[in-house]
Amino acid sequence: MAQSGTAEPVRQIAALPEKIPVTLIINGTRSKLTVAPWTSLLDALRDHLDLTGTKKGCDHGQCGACTVLVDGRRINSCLTLAVMKEGTEVTTVEGLASEGTLHALQQAFIDHDAFQCGYCTSGQICSAAGLIAEGKARTADEIRELMSGNICRCGAYPNIVAAIQQAMERS
Amino acid sequence: MTPFHYTRASDVSDAIRQIAADPAAKFIAGGTNLIDLMKYDVEHPARLIDISQLPLKSIEETSAGGLRIGALVPNSDLAYHPAIEQRYPLLASAILAGASQQLRNMASTGGNLVQRTRCFYFYDAVTPCNKRQPGSGCSAISGVNRINAILGTSEACIATHPSDMCVVLAVLEATVHVAGPAGARAIAFSDFHRLPDNTPQRDTNLEPDEIITAIELPPKGFSANYSYLKIRDRLSYAFALVSVAAALELDGDTIKEARLALGGVAHKPWRVSAAEAVLLGQRADASIFAQAAEIMLRGAKGYGHNNFKIGLARRAIVRTLSQAAHGTPQSQSVKKIR
Repeated sequence: MAQSGTAEPVRQIAALPEKIPVTLIINGTRSKLTVAPWTSLLDALRDHLDLTGTKKGCDHGQCGACTVLVDGRRINSCLTLAVMKEGTEVTTVEGLASEGTLHALQQAFIDHDAFQCGYCTSGQICSAAGLIAEGKARTADEIRELMSGNICRCGAYPNIVAAIQQAMERS
Repeated sequence: MTPFHYTRASDVSDAIRQIAADPAAKFIAGGTNLIDLMKYDVEHPARLIDISQLPLKSIEETSAGGLRIGALVPNSDLAYHPAIEQRYPLLASAILAGASQQLRNMASTGGNLVQRTRCFYFYDAVTPCNKRQPGSGCSAISGVNRINAILGTSEACIATHPSDMCVVLAVLEATVHVAGPAGARAIAFSDFHRLPDNTPQRDTNLEPDEIITAIELPPKGFSANYSYLKIRDRLSYAFALVSVAAALELDGDTIKEARLALGGVAHKPWRVSAAEAVLLGQRADASIFAQAAEIMLRGAKGYGHNNFKIGLARRAIVRTLSQAAHGTPQSQSVKKIR
């Protein structure tokens, strides 16, 4: 590009806000990381801790693919900042199975073929784990309503409901 | 997101001190609306002050016989609290009609009041919007306005307030407790949200340096005769096109007290005292409910795509009042409307 005769004005570039240390207990393991304030919990899991089981779908709290459990409650990890979760226990889909045995929900999703492409599945399973812990859903209608924050664009809903019913009965 | 600084507030007075010292700062609690808006470049605070750990998470009995709900009680905890389920089931119903369980687990009671409109143009940072950029114009008035307001609109703004919970807090005549540099004050729920007029950038009468500390419910919960009916484009996890909260006190078939509010149709929960008054002393039946609906919708104006809301609201009001009168509130999990 052609240079003009006059010097470029000196631009003041403000220093970026400093990164902040945060300690999270991820799937039972204490993890210390240092993140920018605007790092979502989802990005901290995927990009800082290589826990890519939790998926980024819409990144706006509309699809549920990023659902994880924080202190046992299901939340959208895309709409929370990692720095806000200091000291909490985070359970992702990687933390559900124990000693080589699938979680009842993971087995039920296989038994009922409750997915097609699988992109929403880790969010569906974490959300269903939260739903079972809440103990508010009894009927299929109630499961559908309380799982409405998890979208499955393949449309595996009937199988997802059946899988959750199976896991509820066995839990 | 635009980079920002992050600090935590150690207590309520520290939160007030921090926000008063930095006009470019915002509080963050649940974050479900604010972080979303920051990702869309609609909000860009230079600092977030985290209030999520403040001790405002309890639900306590008041000496008047009501409940005082801490501003940081999550929406889901509020909906499932035994005192709310038993004494204020209309509030529980409305909360469970909104958002998803994940979002309700995150979203706070106080945050629900100050969530911003879902108008498409407010969210689209490249189009004119008087709420986002005062004086730039309203894109919705002549645009895609299917979800927009039909009541209380102005030439500057036809946005709606998206909350379900607030529609019921209006019906229950809650009080909003706030604190700021000048001290604490109480705001009647009907005075909390504003109509757009020519200042649509202001959603509420909360000052920028004030913090919501609690929501107080009066004793009366209308737990026998109530219903919350929410009409939307899909059966769950969508904002209301029209919603109705109805609460009645009956003596046999005769209406002793009536409360009615609409959601999804105005910049704030819509109540009309004359519509409630016309029901008093009357037999609870469809003809008097239709009269109340006519009064509720006086002055309603469609902007093209949302003309259907006027007729929809009229029918929804009659249906919701019937559900309340019969003691058969709308289920929020079985979606068939009876």
